[in-house]
Amino acid sequence: MFQVRFHGRGGQGVVTAAEILSVAAFAEGRHAQAFPSFGSERTGAPVVSFCRIDDREIRTREPVMEPDALIIQDATLIHQVDLFAGLVHDGYALVNTSRAFTELGFDQTSASFRQDRLITCPATELALEHLGRPLPNAALLGGFAALTGQITMEAIDTAVKERFEGAVGERNAAAAAAAFDFVTSRVKELARASTD
Amino acid sequence: MLRQIEGSRAIAETVALCRPEVVCAYPISPQTHIIEAVGAMVKSGKLAGCEFINVESEFAAMSVAIGASATGARAYTATASQGLLFMLEAVFNASGLGLPIVMTLANRAIGAPINIWNDHSDAMAARDAGWIQLFAETNQEAADLHVQAFRLAEELSVPVMVCMDGFILTHAVEGVDILDQESVDSFLPPYEPRQVLDIDEPVSIGAMVGPEAFEEVRYLAHLRQLDALERIPGIAQDFKELTGRDSGGLIRTYRIDGAEIIVVALGSVLGTIKDAVDNRRELGERIGVVGITTFRPFPSEAVREALADARQVVVLEKSFSTGFGGVLSTDVAMSMRDMDFDLRTVIAGLGGRAITRRSLEEMLKQANDDALEPLTFLDLDQGAVERERARMRSVRRSGPSAENLLRDRASSAAAPTRRDV
Repeated sequence: MFQVRFHGRGGQGVVTAAEILSVAAFAEGRHAQAFPSFGSERTGAPVVSFCRIDDREIRTREPVMEPDALIIQDATLIHQVDLFAGLVHDGYALVNTSRAFTELGFDQTSASFRQDRLITCPATELALEHLGRPLPNAALLGGFAALTGQITMEAIDTAVKERFEGAVGERNAAAAAAAFDFVTSRVKELARASTD
Repeated sequence: MLRQIEGSRAIAETVALCRPEVVCAYPISPQTHIIEAVGAMVKSGKLAGCEFINVESEFAAMSVAIGASATGARAYTATASQGLLFMLEAVFNASGLGLPIVMTLANRAIGAPINIWNDHSDAMAARDAGWIQLFAETNQEAADLHVQAFRLAEELSVPVMVCMDGFILTHAVEGVDILDQESVDSFLPPYEPRQVLDIDEPVSIGAMVGPEAFEEVRYLAHLRQLDALERIPGIAQDFKELTGRDSGGLIRTYRIDGAEIIVVALGSVLGTIKDAVDNRRELGERIGVVGITTFRPFPSEAVREALADARQVVVLEKSFSTGFGGVLSTDVAMSMRDMDFDLRTVIAGLGGRAITRRSLEEMLKQANDDALEPLTFLDLDQGAVERERARMRSVRRSGPSAENLLRDRASSAAAPTRRDV
């Protein structure tokens, strides 16, 4: 089973992102379960959602306690939330920011994880460029596909277009594809850096 | 067709396939998505021949459902928590009148303190209201139970409440096979009312009944519930022949062969319990699970048979009777009254507290070591409770306990999660 935890703020599409990922995994013939952690659903308040992907029926209903990957839609949450809580030691983290991971102040927390799996992606900028709105969730799913290989970009593309109709779907899919390319090249750079 | 779909959406689409003629509801979390989706289908014409009635309260919702059902219409509504309590007088009326209304209950805690999250307090508050109460383990089962509920309700002229865990199921997106119209039509014939308000053949429904007949009326209702115990397995079997799925029925057993300890529970927590039991089984602990699908009428015979060889029965409940203990535990104990076994009650998941596999496994290990207390509150912060008890002893005006406990828990939890950057 592969478990993903999404962190964001109310209004950023955190719940929708988990749902789209589950639809993409379902389209690839896998079992998937997406669900929100409902707290205060105010715009701007911290929101968490989850997605599990497996090759067999998913029975558990507990929140994701030990995620294999984190998708962090808002880097400023670092001041409020224990973002890395429970992340497995070889887990992935994808953070939406135009800065580098080392500039985020995660140093103490993130030191114990595999550094080549901690990636930042300017998803909000990519969303503004392709969508015209600062909604990073679809873009981050493209980045997630590139970072983890748990889902194909084709499945993300289909699921995004299924969720958002017409031009909005096309533009979100374009942002996802751009993030996929961005993260793919970042992963290659980090792999080169670690072999040097 | 198998689709990756939100639980609420799956329920709404399945209810639409059951061709309700009147849907009346008042929105309340976590039921809202169901009713929004049904309303949208009525408006778009996808659900034809149905009137969606906006009402001003839950009391009105059930009252309209009663009126609609009494005129021979197939009526559906949905609610949760305080909504159910607000309509409770009419809930009793629906069953007292023998009207086959189907209602989804998106299980949620009851305030005060206000809490929108899942537990089973609402269903338990209506336990004795005369409705059949079915509990779904998954969204697939929740969807399937609605189709079976309309048939059961109408065959017996008894209202049916389909209970599904709020948020945990209603807001979960997972694979659900939504039936096609032809299949549902073949399973669920048009509603043929046993009694109907008809201006051409006037009758009174709901007139006063005095001591001369009231007991007989109530006993008849009891017999109809016992009839339901006979019919529910048959309806589940017919459904299985149609779909190939085991949905509904009285109880569902899991790995009970040779089990010394059996966990009994209702609803979606059964999935997490099964995962925990699989892990304990690998360690050699002989533990099994019994899920209660039909809670009212209570399937005493089936429960008794399933638990007959267990040395210890652990009833895990998402509600409790304050000042006493488990509600489901009492039913289990009554079903097994002359049998030799230890009964343990575990209260868990109140007000949406996550029930984790890890906590369940620790609890099961204790049960296996015969170290589980007769009444256990899973993951209870005993320290926080003791501190509030101390405050109440030390000062008369100690203030509202709920707020005090909230502050106490926040201050003990905040330290490790905040970071100085």
